[in-house]
Amino acid sequence: MSEKLDLKAKLGLDVFKPAALPHIKIREGMTRDPRLTPAIRVCPAGLYSENEDGEIVLTVDGCLECGTCRLVCGTEVLDWNYPPGGTGVQYRFG
Amino acid sequence: MDKFDVIIAGAGLAGLGAAYTLAGSGLEVLVLERGDYPGAKNMTGGRLYLNPVRSLFPDLFDNAPFERFIAHEGVTLLAKDRAVAMHYTGRELKDEPHHSYTILRAKFDRWLGERVEEKGGTVLSKTRIDDIIKDNGKIAGVIAGGDELRADVVLACDGVLSLVSEKAGLRKPAKNSNFALGIKEVITLDSTTINERFGLEGNEGAARLFVGKVTQGKFGGGFLYTNRESVSLGIVMGIEEAAEETQPIDVPALIEAFKARPEIAPLIRGGSSAEYSAHIIPEGGFRAIDSIVGDGILVTGDAAGLALNIGFTVRGMEFALASGYFAAQAVLKAKEAGRFDAGTLGIYRKLLEESFVLKDLRNFRDTPSVIGNPRFFNHYPELAGAIMKDIYEVPAGRKERIYPTVRKHLSIREMWDIFSDIRRTMKI
Repeated sequence: MSEKLDLKAKLGLDVFKPAALPHIKIREGMTRDPRLTPAIRVCPAGLYSENEDGEIVLTVDGCLECGTCRLVCGTEVLDWNYPPGGTGVQYRFG
Repeated sequence: MDKFDVIIAGAGLAGLGAAYTLAGSGLEVLVLERGDYPGAKNMTGGRLYLNPVRSLFPDLFDNAPFERFIAHEGVTLLAKDRAVAMHYTGRELKDEPHHSYTILRAKFDRWLGERVEEKGGTVLSKTRIDDIIKDNGKIAGVIAGGDELRADVVLACDGVLSLVSEKAGLRKPAKNSNFALGIKEVITLDSTTINERFGLEGNEGAARLFVGKVTQGKFGGGFLYTNRESVSLGIVMGIEEAAEETQPIDVPALIEAFKARPEIAPLIRGGSSAEYSAHIIPEGGFRAIDSIVGDGILVTGDAAGLALNIGFTVRGMEFALASGYFAAQAVLKAKEAGRFDAGTLGIYRKLLEESFVLKDLRNFRDTPSVIGNPRFFNHYPELAGAIMKDIYEVPAGRKERIYPTVRKHLSIREMWDIFSDIRRTMKI
């Protein structure tokens, strides 16, 4: 088979153009909200994690803009937008 | 100019299908695309079925950048330790015009965008729509790049999440059971290797779908499509099932487990992964379609939920192209009438109802509930595998006759359940 890739290496295959500000944010005071928990496992880019204090942390670098977290967690806990035009993932194959 | 006739949100297949149809009509049409180029944010499994849309876009597809035409179909039930596969080839699949093609969206959409521009249409890339403009409840344009862009009609061709139709108030809150998540790797292999491994000649292609263990026995499946010099390999997984509270599924890991399967590994050996992508897919069918017509706005393609998975065929892109075409026809009629209210634009819904788009979606409206049956994903692959194992086995001692061998797996209870499932399946 083709070599086994960890998620970081896989995202490293994609072309990303950085944006000045994160396009998805966990809303103020919501970092411990249980609605965020499923995102840790279902985000295809693995961008959600739980820190030692039990807070959910989100890094948007590597976001594939699929919207799974928007559906799963909802917009009450996430301030969700697409990144500005000309930034974010730019598929070369798609 | 103070106002456009039409603003099209999104240069995907719906948006470009509409723009292509409107180009040359004399209307001022602007397509806005947030990616660097059309297709930059788009992804398919995937294949495009061309028969339903050929007549809507005469000659357009003659020089399209298709990957391969599908001449080999396959469905595999994946059990934990075994697999039962069905392959289909038929002469009609090799005859021209070919019925379906694999495509890669970054290439295909970009090409279609160029055809739109060649016909005089305008596609403005790298431009995100930030908001919509409403005048007395009517959609009157969009705000993009800090500018107010006004138009008689806005076409929401902005994909499955459609923030444009959401802002316009046309979408009900999303139900996760109506959506699936697709993740995909494009793995490059030279064309000779692909042809040898899949038994293909020239530019023939193979489509293979996998059901069962690949999604840990839950709604969804694996897919493998051959492109010219790569394969598209991925997983589709119901969002609701993936996010189940008790045991959410490690989605990124599914694709690695799929690649490691003995049925898959030899097919992609030596290939190198070139891209990893993810996208949401509408799965709710006819019943999940929200309002697609409003004052000054029409909703098309994935944004309208126009996709149809009936297990063997998984369709969406031709619905997008066709809905773009019919939205354009509705806009032309509205322009003639000089009115852009929901009543006048409502001809769009009628055109879709009279076409394959809503005929097929309506006809298969029970499919989502039928194919959502968990037994298709956890029980039947194991059952089929177990029966095949016993049929093929030649033990050291006496071999049991075939009928009792099979019957052993089919208790009265089991047969009753199978019968019930078949009866439900008769709805599709």
